[in-house]
Amino acid sequence: MTSISYPPLAIIEEGIPNAKRSRRGRRTTKIRGVRAGTWVYIGLGVVALSAIFPYYWSFLIGSGTAATINDPNMSWIPGGNFIANALAVVNDPAVNFWLALWNSIYSSALIAASVVIFSTLAGWAFAKLRFRGSKWLLTFVVATMAVPMQLGVVPLYILFADLGWTGTIGAVIVPALTSAFGVFWMTQYLGQTVPDELIEASRMDGASMIRTFWTVGVVAARPAAAMLFLFTFVGAWNNFFWPFIVLDRQSPTLPVALALLQSNHFVDYSIVLAGVLLATIPLILLFIVAGKQLVSGIMAGAVKG
Amino acid sequence: MTVNANRTQTPPASPPPPPERTRQVKPARHRRSNLDLKLSPYLYISPFFILFAVVGIFPIVFTAVISFQEWDLVRNTGTFVGFEQYAWILSQPQFWVALRNTFSIFLLSTVPLLIMAILIAAMLDRNIRAKTFWRMSTLLPFVMAPVAVALIFSNMFGDSHGLVNTLLANIGLGPIPWHTDPFWSHVAIATMVNFRWTGYNALILLAAMQAVPREYYEAATVDGANALRQFWSITLPSLKSTLIFVIITSTIGGLQIFDEPRMYDFAGEGGAAQQWLTITLYLYNIGWGEFNFGRAAALAWILFIIILIIGLINLAITRRLVRDEGGRGVTAPRRRKGIQR
Repeated sequence: MTSISYPPLAIIEEGIPNAKRSRRGRRTTKIRGVRAGTWVYIGLGVVALSAIFPYYWSFLIGSGTAATINDPNMSWIPGGNFIANALAVVNDPAVNFWLALWNSIYSSALIAASVVIFSTLAGWAFAKLRFRGSKWLLTFVVATMAVPMQLGVVPLYILFADLGWTGTIGAVIVPALTSAFGVFWMTQYLGQTVPDELIEASRMDGASMIRTFWTVGVVAARPAAAMLFLFTFVGAWNNFFWPFIVLDRQSPTLPVALALLQSNHFVDYSIVLAGVLLATIPLILLFIVAGKQLVSGIMAGAVKG
Repeated sequence: MTVNANRTQTPPASPPPPPERTRQVKPARHRRSNLDLKLSPYLYISPFFILFAVVGIFPIVFTAVISFQEWDLVRNTGTFVGFEQYAWILSQPQFWVALRNTFSIFLLSTVPLLIMAILIAAMLDRNIRAKTFWRMSTLLPFVMAPVAVALIFSNMFGDSHGLVNTLLANIGLGPIPWHTDPFWSHVAIATMVNFRWTGYNALILLAAMQAVPREYYEAATVDGANALRQFWSITLPSLKSTLIFVIITSTIGGLQIFDEPRMYDFAGEGGAAQQWLTITLYLYNIGWGEFNFGRAAALAWILFIIILIIGLINLAITRRLVRDEGGRGVTAPRRRKGIQR
């Protein structure tokens, strides 16, 4: 039950015979065809520009004044008001920006860590240990991946209202602590990367199950765990539907704070878009650091399965 | 999804002790080891399943219960009313408008998204310099929160002073009613979805394209097929199952759309005449605008059933298409252990 999206896994693999062989073959034989022509770079340039443009546009508006947007001769050069607008955002008591930032960082990190831990444990059991009912249980977990978040929000709200948790960040964290997708992802990965012989060897040497898990499973799972952490983090950070329902201005996350900002300042869009940029900076930083991993995560998920 | 069917069916290389052996008298160390072997799997999965049962399964079941009740917020209990809530939802013209809008936005986003994603993937698949840079720039919109995207785009699609209408005016076209007209509001919202998801899907398709053996292209070149023909006859057929995956995920996601229509104007109720009211937005308005939980729960189940029906239709089409694929040649035995050193 999640609104977070992840790269696809095994589904695609079925359609790609020889996926692995051909990739390897291509790298070694260097048959890569002719160098791409100028038009390819022009096309990709247009794509890159349109990816960046909305950020630039928000800076353009966010560095102006309330009147900028209505100015028919609006300049394409940013104005000098960004700092003032940004201060208006962070100083708005109704938006609670700093708390929202902290809530987003803390809840996303906690959710991602918890999903990784639970998924690695369960994925290891499903992929490498034999036990009664494993096939049935895994099918069940995979089936729940199709269930939309909307199906759970009413009882969750009633439950958290009962506990007095509405308006607290805990109400956002707890329902997201597990992920059916995470279990599926780790099961797939561990099933394919850890040879059974390795586990048997470890058992032969007298290692207990937990020791085998620790020395073989966890070590092998690290790359997949890192990907899972990244995607869960981004997904939790951007999640809006449930946090918007259960949180309020006392303790919002960044997307909820943006919604509050919009309803507060819809007459002055320069402040709203300055806030949008501020709220996006952390994820841009993350993208600079880990964007390459995100790219290869999506692509590896698609091919490796 | 053939998750671990293979493994459970193959006889293990070195079988675990068969059940009857446990009856034999064994040294304590062996018995402990056996217990370890039997119990550990359940210990590993139980943290996940306990939590999952509470926050994942219980709410789904309880939503079904609430949907048959008139929920009393004060007493925090419900009274059974049968299918009344479902009947109420289905009798609302707003529901049908929301259904129409949801499908309209979904189609307007999925079709252009697929075409653009294939084109971008085809460009990235060429022999280009600075591959990582171009791939990352394609993915950049993906990390932006849908709420942020919606705020920026609803500004650009402003009716009177928006960027798009200003540009249109510059080339002599009349302003488009981006908010008042249902169709154009759907186009604007679909644009937000496309902005965020095109690059992501392009990378998925790129991965599938790179898996096509290059020999196919060489053979086609030798046979005199031009680039367009090669793309049409080799690349596209090889993408079939990936495309199906992309379509299914964007269907499940697209039918749940909430963030973008919620943020499209400051009132967030889907427009004065429900121009861009979607099902999930309607659910929110019923549940947390009117605080009618029985109706909201019924609508949640209706949404789920719609998603299931569309999913089954998708699956039926998928089956047919995959069967068509039989003649495409090479089929490799499925790998069970990925990396072998």
